[in-house]
Amino acid sequence: MNMAIRVFLLLLIIFSSMYPTLCIYEDQVGHMDWHQQYIGKVKHAVFHTQKAARKRVVVSTEENVVASIDLRRGEIFWRHVLGPKDVIDALDIALGKYVITLSSEGTILRAWNLPDGQMMWETTLSGSTPSMSLLSIPTNLKIGKDDVVFVYGSGCLYAVASVDGEVIWKKELTSEGVHIQQLIYPDGTDIICAVGLAGLAQFDAYQINVKTGELLKHSSMVFPAGFSGDLSFITSDIAVTLDSTGSILVAVHFQDGEISFHQTHVSELGWDFSGPAVLLPTKLPGMFALEINKSIVFIKVTNEGKLEAVDKLGQSTAVSESLNLSEGQQAFGLIQRGDGKIILTVKLGNDWTSNLLQETIQMDHQRGNAHKVFINTYVRTDRSNGFRALIVMEDHSLFLLQQGEIVWSREDGLASITDVMASELPVEKDGVSVAKVEHNLFEWLKGHLLKLKGTLMIATPDDVVAIQKLRLQSSGKSKMTRDHNGFRKLLIVLTRAGKLFALHTGDGRIVWSLFLDSLRKSETCQNPRGLSLHQWQDPHHHVLDENPSVLVVGRCDHSTDSPGVLSVVDTYTGQERNHLGPRHSITRVIPLPFTDSAEQRLHLLLDVNRQAHLYPRTTEALDIFQRELGNIYWYSADVDKGILKGHAVQNNCILKIADSYCFNTRDLWSIILPSESEKIIATATRNLNEAVHTQAKVTSDQEVMYKYISKNLLFLATVAPKAVGPIGSVTPEESWLVVYVIDTVTGRILHRMTHHGSQGPVQAVFSENWVVYHYFNLKAHRYEMSVIEIYDQSRSDNKDILKLLLGKHNLTSPITAYSRPEVIAKSQSYFFMHSVKTLAVTSTAKGITSKQLLLGTIGDQVLALDKRFLDPRRTVNPTQAEKEEGIIPLTDSLPIIPQSYVTHALKVEGLRGIATVPAKLESTTLVFAYGVDLFFTRLAPSRTYDSLTEDFSYALLLITIAALVIAIFVTWIWSEKKELQEKWR
Amino acid sequence: MNKGLLRLAGSSSSSSLSCVSSSSSYVMEWANSNSFAFQSDEFLADDEEFGIEGGRSPDPAVPTQPVSSPPTVRKRSSDLVSDPDSKVQFSLEHAFGDSDFSPAGTFSARLRTWSHGGQTLTKLRFSRNGLSETEKENFKKLLEGDDFYRIRVPSNVLTPPGREYIVSSVKARCLPRDGLDEHFMIHMEGVNILAVNYGSPGSCPYPRQLKIPAKWSFKSHTVLKNSEQAPRTPVFTEEVVGENAEGELPPPERSFWAKYWMYLIPLGLIVMNAITQAMNMAEEPGTGQPGAQTQQAVAGVQRGQTNAVRRR
Repeated sequence: MNMAIRVFLLLLIIFSSMYPTLCIYEDQVGHMDWHQQYIGKVKHAVFHTQKAARKRVVVSTEENVVASIDLRRGEIFWRHVLGPKDVIDALDIALGKYVITLSSEGTILRAWNLPDGQMMWETTLSGSTPSMSLLSIPTNLKIGKDDVVFVYGSGCLYAVASVDGEVIWKKELTSEGVHIQQLIYPDGTDIICAVGLAGLAQFDAYQINVKTGELLKHSSMVFPAGFSGDLSFITSDIAVTLDSTGSILVAVHFQDGEISFHQTHVSELGWDFSGPAVLLPTKLPGMFALEINKSIVFIKVTNEGKLEAVDKLGQSTAVSESLNLSEGQQAFGLIQRGDGKIILTVKLGNDWTSNLLQETIQMDHQRGNAHKVFINTYVRTDRSNGFRALIVMEDHSLFLLQQGEIVWSREDGLASITDVMASELPVEKDGVSVAKVEHNLFEWLKGHLLKLKGTLMIATPDDVVAIQKLRLQSSGKSKMTRDHNGFRKLLIVLTRAGKLFALHTGDGRIVWSLFLDSLRKSETCQNPRGLSLHQWQDPHHHVLDENPSVLVVGRCDHSTDSPGVLSVVDTYTGQERNHLGPRHSITRVIPLPFTDSAEQRLHLLLDVNRQAHLYPRTTEALDIFQRELGNIYWYSADVDKGILKGHAVQNNCILKIADSYCFNTRDLWSIILPSESEKIIATATRNLNEAVHTQAKVTSDQEVMYKYISKNLLFLATVAPKAVGPIGSVTPEESWLVVYVIDTVTGRILHRMTHHGSQGPVQAVFSENWVVYHYFNLKAHRYEMSVIEIYDQSRSDNKDILKLLLGKHNLTSPITAYSRPEVIAKSQSYFFMHSVKTLAVTSTAKGITSKQLLLGTIGDQVLALDKRFLDPRRTVNPTQAEKEEGIIPLTDSLPIIPQSYVTHALKVEGLRGIATVPAKLESTTLVFAYGVDLFFTRLAPSRTYDSLTEDFSYALLLITIAALVIAIFVTWIWSEKKELQEKWR
Repeated sequence: MNKGLLRLAGSSSSSSLSCVSSSSSYVMEWANSNSFAFQSDEFLADDEEFGIEGGRSPDPAVPTQPVSSPPTVRKRSSDLVSDPDSKVQFSLEHAFGDSDFSPAGTFSARLRTWSHGGQTLTKLRFSRNGLSETEKENFKKLLEGDDFYRIRVPSNVLTPPGREYIVSSVKARCLPRDGLDEHFMIHMEGVNILAVNYGSPGSCPYPRQLKIPAKWSFKSHTVLKNSEQAPRTPVFTEEVVGENAEGELPPPERSFWAKYWMYLIPLGLIVMNAITQAMNMAEEPGTGQPGAQTQQAVAGVQRGQTNAVRRR
């Protein structure tokens, strides 16, 4: 029976795969997909509220996004995602209509039209030396007829016309190694002042004529004790800095080219300050801020140049830049963190003691501290000044506060997802409260009648709207329980801020979010970051009462030898169950294929000292591990040296404190790539959870080919060291790409192949027995995609039916990596027109459905490509039998079918990764693409051969059946009557 | 000392794998049970069988002293360029479990310098030292503990050990057959060794049984493998591409019958049924029904006609 079902399914696949159609109809958009737009953590914000009908704030973010946001509702008016290397350094508004951005280390200046975000002009400012990049937009300065912006970048000062981006003059200021830190332009004068430090010991000030760019005066003065580096500018002629020890404050007066230093020891300020101080980057009127002893001290500079400490606040305080009010006054905002609330204070620049405004706002503890605050003023109905504040929290979320309330909030942490994992939802049980999305019977019937009307094309326009609405909210897709088809799941995502979100696959809403304590800045862990997510507990057999949980692995600092942190989070409730750390460093997490009696998966964590640590730390886990000790292998790759090594567990560590969960490792094999000719640029391994339905592949001529399926295969791509750079930096003769397929247990190279005249970047995906990779062919000037399929020859003689019947076959013998594999690799290359950002493959529950490759294109879309196009057995003229098998005639390039864009008209800006999750329904796979935006959809690579479509009209079916039954009865009665009549005749 | 000889058939750089076909000439074994390797004074003139570089070359006797010191390179000629072929030797070292490495044998090969500057090895030969008593004991321990037998070779044959040694290992229980069978596949890129695939020549099924070899001698098989070229992307002329692209489009409209056979057959059956019914009804009352004839004629337009006629 089972076999029959399989055969039937296979036939179905063959039939259904004959017409690969993926496209959806217009009215199906949003039915099973959702799309969310984010911007990332805000770095700069400029309000545009005056004389504007639509009040907006223009922001730039750490994801290199420039966006204009509606100040009333927090929606995006327009948004541009710059390239990953095009980091935005400065942002401002010029002429009241252009947004000016300076990016790529001060080399690219762009102007965007404020209302609609069109780019007005772009100027490339070529400079010689890397330096800080500064942007200064004077309010009322015209050179000739043009308004100008001043830009300092790459060691040069430029005056650029803000109308068309033309460079009016350029002045190089790097002659003596001076690092300019500020441009000062006092309004109404003819002189712009560029101030900086040279070699941390000399203060330099340049005075430059704004009209011509002529250097009027250059004055400098050496400070023998040396500076700590940063300058804080108090007024247009006073700067403050610290000396190299961090204990003496130096006030620098530089009026009219006369420089003088005034030193004040930190301890003289009062308040018993001790220890080194750090200058905070602030722009406050007549004031600056120091961080000493984990508190922030505000110091006022009096007119006579004396320093005076005014207040001391906690470390978690965020300070805004100063804001010009009317009558020449300046104000600034402060955010302090309270218990479950934040306090917004707005003060006048010259008066610390009184507050213009103090508001307390309830704020979830999960948001962490405020990182940034930007304030803006407006005129209240009573003609007084009101203030609104835009705040950026530790989890990268964005809030607008006004009148003591949160006007809107944005979860922009989701723009920086680092890892994704899917988790099941709870099983529907009695007593479990379920969101009330169920309809009663009448509504159900009504809905179906409406659909029936739609199918029969007798629906009125109103009905059509109602049908569409029904479709979009239909079928309880956002319920919080498991569904029969396995479409409803939770996507657990980890963001760069260290926050964990659970997104519902039905509508993309956030079910819960958790800011992990272990991934927050603390005494022991200064700069924590989340690394990866792993399935910790996935109960499905005997421990169904337990909730599933995920393991979050983090690290305290950027370096690999910094201590690691672990935490286990319940995916139903979003609560942290326990956390460990900081403890040993973590270089790699290996999920083992063993679970304990509570279905907790065993994990092996490797540290930099090449020791392996077993988790969970229970004796039961240890028992299981000891039993399987000899069968655990892994590999490590040293990309810089070009060395691959295989490892195995050896024995318990010898430590000062005995730890039975710690193991020493040993090297089993090594592969050393010649450093002069090869450099590792890409690797790919199989997904450990991937299901493979059959090992055999029956070809058209009744031959059987056995796939070489091993979970321990590694795909490795190396290029010539010269060819590591961008495309075009080398000639085809001196670049090559070498690909390897390596067994990681024994270190055997199963296949090695050189593509001459090709170079990276290489994207690769490994699935079943094949690997597909994408690279650039310099000779053909085109991108190419290649496939390698590996077949096992040692089983290929199992074709004799007699032998099979007599049991003389080796199909059931266990496979071991220590046998010498007799494999053959088939390979084929095809041209492909797009460059690819990321590659993924669909995965289904049982692996029966044919596969599709998912390509993240350069245009930030996801394109689905049938694996059949990448079949090494394609020939120019396939025979009839091969055609029936589904072999497509050979072409030199892969087709890009516009209908097969999974993301249809949408873009997943800044696309970084694609995750596929199998649904319970074999034909269907869930696809989640993430970058700055998020996109989720369901895919059926061979169409939904195992279920009816969602808009299948059950009502029509019922009515037809009913009609048929009635017809049977009517005709039966009718024939009975007739028969009777005939008998009476 | 006998020599396990191995040679490489293909000399061109593009040829990838050279598997030695004849058996006796390349697989040799020691039959010595004593710990001391037998020193053969045989003149080895392997070239006559496999000569490729211009037939038989007067190859003087290969120095056959067992290599005891860490890997040494012997260049027969000081000037590589003037002499396109020169001899190189590099040693194989082994370790039992986690012990230190000790010399176990010597690979010797010819270094071929190509006109374009590349260098490749050809004619690889391998001679294994005999196992000493302690080594045998160690090996037995490995077999009992199902532990790893490890080998290593230098990563560069000209300047051993190169950057680092290439290590490979196998479960010791995989090796014993009659003697000890081993199989080396050496992946090379020029004069660099990338990797050594080391293991038994056949299979090594999983519960590995403890088996003490009858003969304590190694039977070595050696294969040298150079880089393979990737197949080139097929390039078609425009018209072929167009033709093939056409093939990707949905197949041409099928005939009416091919499209609707599933509806037509039941319909035909129903019609047939109806006709037979009608026939029967018509027959039963006898021939006194004038309309029956015409009715049947009208209904029998389709395929049912012959059927109906036959029934009648």
